[in-house]
Amino acid sequence: MTPAATVPVAAGDWGAIFAQYLLLSLLSIGGAIGTAPEMHRFLVEQHHWMTNEQFSASVAIAQAAPGPNLLFVAVLGWGLGGFFGMCVTMTGILLPSTTLTLAAARWGEARRSTRGVQAFVMGMAPLTVGLVVSTGYILGMTSYGNPWLVATMVATVAVCLRFKLSPLWLIAAGGLVGAFLG
Amino acid sequence: MAPPETTLAPAADPERLPARDEAPSLMTGTAALDGADAPHSILDDDAPRAPQSPGEIFRVFTRLALQGFGGVLPIAQRELVERERWLTREQFLELLAVAQVLPGPNVVNLSLMFGDRAFGWRGGLAALGGMILAPWCVVMLLAVGYAHYAQHPVVAGALRGMGAVAAGLILSTGLKLVPALRRNALGGPAAMVLALLTFAGIALLRVPLVWMLAGLGGLACVTAWRRLAP
Repeated sequence: MTPAATVPVAAGDWGAIFAQYLLLSLLSIGGAIGTAPEMHRFLVEQHHWMTNEQFSASVAIAQAAPGPNLLFVAVLGWGLGGFFGMCVTMTGILLPSTTLTLAAARWGEARRSTRGVQAFVMGMAPLTVGLVVSTGYILGMTSYGNPWLVATMVATVAVCLRFKLSPLWLIAAGGLVGAFLG
Repeated sequence: MAPPETTLAPAADPERLPARDEAPSLMTGTAALDGADAPHSILDDDAPRAPQSPGEIFRVFTRLALQGFGGVLPIAQRELVERERWLTREQFLELLAVAQVLPGPNVVNLSLMFGDRAFGWRGGLAALGGMILAPWCVVMLLAVGYAHYAQHPVVAGALRGMGAVAAGLILSTGLKLVPALRRNALGGPAAMVLALLTFAGIALLRVPLVWMLAGLGGLACVTAWRRLAP
């Protein structure tokens, strides 16, 4: 996959980026990583602000670091516009969900066994699975052209399904394979 | 990194946190956790200890976030329940169940709720800050390094390899959630079809997420509502 040339982010685009992340915050049912396909659609396919390679590398960098994996949003923001870009995307992704959690946690706690909340949880669960698998598929787009990288991806899935191994070791191994064969 | 939140990697110790691998509350409803909790409120007085100040919350959450490679949730459970004893195991699972229903990363929601119960919004922000600020600095340093060395062929290759592993980690997380769909109130086959339609729409056809959640998600929730009729 040859990455298309990227377009720099114009000053007037930041409002749209912030709005997109505010929206994604509210759509991140079951976690931030499920919104990665939408971020890819917006940043890579629609606006060409970032290549496939940059997108995948951003998520890989966040996974190699400690902390919530939400931080891939910070790395994507850094790629868009350095420190300022990072603050825009992180504020966008955190503000609505944080506000809602502080406002609605007690409400949700009292009603978590009710039929409405149960129906929401059950109904959204299959979509969450589809979203997480989609994220893996989209992150793999930089690998599909190289048999060694495809093998690395398949081996990672096989190891994860069978063994409990810290992802740190797997990412280090992937880095080694990529350095010589990627 | 909770089940979907990040659930990017298997739990280091699944016995300690069954909610993570199988995501029972996510896939089968919070009823799966109900064996553990009596109808008492979170942060009753049964936890042996309580945080003394927002500053202490900030320190403890920073410490646990920095230990979480590929998943903060099992670390949070270990530190908050076993080490600090600020929560009982049942209280932890209750908080997690609510965190999963609300939008946003589960572990971030859980931190906010914990801090909020202890010291109001100041406690919530202390927990959130502890959870993300230090890891954010680490990630920023890595991002600076990436921007600096991205053109170097060996570094670019290594990052492609790391990207392939990242893709594999997330794929396996998704695949591990599939068996839990059998216990979904919608019925296993219907839940599988919904998951496949979501994959086709999002990964292949690149349908905007908001349409997918409103359309397919709305349909799924209405169907689940009917199935759950008493």
